[in-house]
Amino acid sequence: MSTTRRTFLKGTAATAAVLASPAIIGKAAAADKIKLVSILDQSGGLDIYGKPMVAATEMAVDDINAAGGLLGREVELKMYDPQSSIQYYTQYATQAAASDRADVVHAGITSASREAIRPTLDRFKTLYFYNTQYEGGVCDRNVFCTGSTPAHTVEKLVPHAMKKWGKKVYILAADYNYGQIIADWVEKFVRDEGGETVATEFFPLDVTNFGPTIQKIQAAKPDMIWSALVGGAHISFYRQYAAAGMHKSIPIASTTYGVGNEHQLMSAEEGNGILCAYSYFEEIDTPENKAFVERFRARNGGAAAPALNELAVRSYEGVMLWAQAVRNAGSVDRMKVIEALEAPTMIDGPSGAIAIEPTTHHATLNTYIAQVKDQKFQVQETFLAQQPTDTMQVCDLKANPDTVKFYFENGLEAAGIK
Amino acid sequence: MDLYIALALQIVYGIANLVLISLGLAIIFGMMRVINLAHGEFLMLGGYTVVISTNAGLNIWLAMLILAPLVVGIIGVIVERVMIRFLYGRMVDTLLATWGLSLVLIGLVTTIFGAQTATTISPPIGAIQIGDFTSSGYELFLIGVTIILSILAYCALKYTRIGLIARGTMQGAEIASALGVSTSRTYAITFGVGAAVSGLAGGLLAPITGVLPSIGATYIAKAFITVISGGTAILAGTLSASTLLGGVNSVLSYLTGPTIGEVGLLVVAIVLLRLMPQGITARLFRRSL
Repeated sequence: MSTTRRTFLKGTAATAAVLASPAIIGKAAAADKIKLVSILDQSGGLDIYGKPMVAATEMAVDDINAAGGLLGREVELKMYDPQSSIQYYTQYATQAAASDRADVVHAGITSASREAIRPTLDRFKTLYFYNTQYEGGVCDRNVFCTGSTPAHTVEKLVPHAMKKWGKKVYILAADYNYGQIIADWVEKFVRDEGGETVATEFFPLDVTNFGPTIQKIQAAKPDMIWSALVGGAHISFYRQYAAAGMHKSIPIASTTYGVGNEHQLMSAEEGNGILCAYSYFEEIDTPENKAFVERFRARNGGAAAPALNELAVRSYEGVMLWAQAVRNAGSVDRMKVIEALEAPTMIDGPSGAIAIEPTTHHATLNTYIAQVKDQKFQVQETFLAQQPTDTMQVCDLKANPDTVKFYFENGLEAAGIK
Repeated sequence: MDLYIALALQIVYGIANLVLISLGLAIIFGMMRVINLAHGEFLMLGGYTVVISTNAGLNIWLAMLILAPLVVGIIGVIVERVMIRFLYGRMVDTLLATWGLSLVLIGLVTTIFGAQTATTISPPIGAIQIGDFTSSGYELFLIGVTIILSILAYCALKYTRIGLIARGTMQGAEIASALGVSTSRTYAITFGVGAAVSGLAGGLLAPITGVLPSIGATYIAKAFITVISGGTAILAGTLSASTLLGGVNSVLSYLTGPTIGEVGLLVVAIVLLRLMPQGITARLFRRSL
């Protein structure tokens, strides 16, 4: 038998079909379970944030499965630990999308990690949830950012603190994108309230000696300090500030203090009086939250369990928002779930009612202002159903669904806000 | 006027802080030409010793001044016996081995105590008033400890028999050995002393910086730059490099901000090493300790 071009092509086509079929069968079998991939740092410098987030994500998936799963199918959780390294983020995101064929990915702590994996998940058309408080500005129809943004927290806390303490503000911020943008927002809101920013200082993440700054603060005599300091080394600031006796004369407000559970790492005396704003505090006094906190503790070693903060609780609520959207859509198909989320999807979580804001894919959520007292937060003021108005100024996914942009990448001025 | 006094105090503290975090590394590097990449973790272990023992009810002064150097010193001797002694004269191998050790120590401490540790110990000394300004009394205490530590190190090297043996071993290990000195024991003791000084520093800094398993990383770079800029003379090198780098850092931090302060420190170190590749003490203070 002579091989003609035609028979050869037929043969290869048939072989290809046979070779391809196991992949199709494999995919059908795997479809029994719904796949949720989580990429969060469980080791390295970010583990103080990542570990409670991981525990909360696990709890959410267990809760869903205990209630019978989604659409009659079990949800399978697959976890990756990127070890606080951006390189692993991109690697695991590719693996989650291309190899695991995840139905949804919940991932990322820093903005840098989010920006590293967002294009990958966009390209593979894999639905992506980012459940961390951040500087705002992501506008991408494939992405849902459920954390609080400066409009939720900073905008509420600035007037509250200025009314209490005075109009002269001294800003300290971590020297990277997040700190720089938060400092921009604080300056803007202080100006809007008729106050004055006497100085803004940025600190590399490994600075541990704040002596010169503490002297400068004394010379500038502000009415209050705004801290956007981040990470383990920067906790030194609060200690040295207290050691110099300053915590008694010039008070501190912050929207970063507490997410690393700083208030429990320092003595009561050093932390008392600091004002914070988040969309969640462990101390929120509702029956739903108390039950949640109790269950979380019981699962995670009782008294040794990490204190719950916005990062952990939003990881739980992020998974729950996605689950509710799947139920509403009656499918795990990406576009159907996105449309269900935009409908919008709403749940009652430990932090209260939380809903997706459809034009930005951010969250409409409750904001709380609280003051540190004896290593606990005391909630002072509650703002219900707050919209992400910062991102809404630049992003409208209803009008322009094809937008794929992180607007605040180069600061507020570049985004046309100031 | 008060501002200048408070500021001068800050500059001196910036210098003392550098001396404190670098001295342990300088002893090990100066004596044995071993670059200990686990130095930051020795500081971290000192901090943990203080935090754990204070939370367990021990007096904080005892924990800082005695227990921390003791514990980390013993760890140092063990490390020298089971690891470093096989690697003398192989600088790159020691770098790798001690880097591995630092990762092991971070992992170990994270596993035992968790990623975040409650360091609810406050500095045992309150604030002091300088005119209109307040400053940390504890920082003043740290300056004092640094001065005493430097004097002690000087006297030990200059006037004691152990110091003489150590200096002899440092200058010519083979000749010292020919004269009946057990160089391997000298090395073990020196490494232990270096580790103990690091432990003391880590313990003293714990109340004002706090401890985390990964806190060593924030010290290691500065300690290295200081020791390498200083050169091989332990005391003169550390003191001169700390004065220069710490002074530049503090002044620039005050005038502009901490970012420029850190940049300034690095720029000075780079220029210095371009002009004096072997460090300050290879050119100046040559016959000093």
